[in-house]
Amino acid sequence: MKHIKVLGTGCANCTATLKLIEQVAAAKGAAIELEKVEDIARILGYGVMSTPGVVIDGKVVHAGGVPAKSTVEGWL
Amino acid sequence: MFEALADWLVYDLGGVQGSALGDALHFFVMDVTKILVLLTLVIYLMGLLRALLKPERVREFVRKRSNLSARFTAVGLGAVTPFCSCSSVPLFIGFVEAGIPLGVTLSFLIASPMINEVAVVVLASAIGWKFTALYVVTGLTVALIGGFVLERFKPERWVEDYVWKIRMGEAARIEPDNSLAARHTYAMGQVREIVGRIWKYVLIGVGVGALIHGFVPADFVVRVAGGGGALSVLAAVLIGVPLYSDAVGIIPIAEVLLHKGVPIGTVLAFMMAVTALSFPEMIILRKVVKWPLLALFAGYLALAFWVVGVSFNSLRGVL
Repeated sequence: MKHIKVLGTGCANCTATLKLIEQVAAAKGAAIELEKVEDIARILGYGVMSTPGVVIDGKVVHAGGVPAKSTVEGWL
Repeated sequence: MFEALADWLVYDLGGVQGSALGDALHFFVMDVTKILVLLTLVIYLMGLLRALLKPERVREFVRKRSNLSARFTAVGLGAVTPFCSCSSVPLFIGFVEAGIPLGVTLSFLIASPMINEVAVVVLASAIGWKFTALYVVTGLTVALIGGFVLERFKPERWVEDYVWKIRMGEAARIEPDNSLAARHTYAMGQVREIVGRIWKYVLIGVGVGALIHGFVPADFVVRVAGGGGALSVLAAVLIGVPLYSDAVGIIPIAEVLLHKGVPIGTVLAFMMAVTALSFPEMIILRKVVKWPLLALFAGYLALAFWVVGVSFNSLRGVL
């Protein structure tokens, strides 16, 4: 199971990213654990300044803007 | 092209040529279409070239420089990066954590909302290159001097304590996919994000501009805006501070004011006050700095814009 974190301080794009990942995971039947990280200190701890960012199993795979659907499908 | 479209839509189809309503509608159609097309085009091209800098890159650029060159780099990068105010906080903390002096960070925060490549293109096409150059050079100067001035007050004491404690992780190296398809997706994403954020400012700005253009007589505008004296510029700044618009949204209003004969300094000061200073941004910045620094920041900018306005008004005969 993949552990996915969405980094973002609650902007519209962060919510959109979260929803997109949920959708794609549901469509592919992939088992994931999704977590929302809103604490700015933790976000910066990942080296991410442009939100939303996405962390999969501890590794930053995306930062800045909503990822493309095909990108998300590639992760899962 | 945009003029022809507006002619056709408003005059031929609408049949309201020669009236105030016709003038206002014509202005509205022409400016909305022109600005939205330019906006989309510029952002798409920048996105395709991946020229839109991310804050992580900006931080790396600035931190590697000596003090003076860091200042110029920060102001220059602030001008080419259309960050939304929602990135102000991570940017601020990231800069502080990298050991970049607060003055440099504040310079960046002043330049960023006021000037960006999209605003430059729209401004140049709506008003002309001369005014655009004036706006850019003055804006950069205000940002640069702002860093020096605010530093004299030792602003470090007004930064929230937790900011100093944050340790930032190694910047993530994400290899971008450089195929044309990926660039296109990225550019489209940027267009959606930025146009989605500022289209309402464009509509409001053009709407207000159109109303003034069609319905408010020039001598009334000039009477209200004043002849360009120190007091009238002060009023323009004070009105502009609580108002907020994206730099692109304020352009149609500036266009109309200039057209109606408002002095150039007054228009410059008003534009800068509207774009650079806003309550929403202050409230966001309040998360990282205390009120005295915010007040100082706002006070410096208001004063600087006033000086800019008065100087350009008095130079009117020379320019």
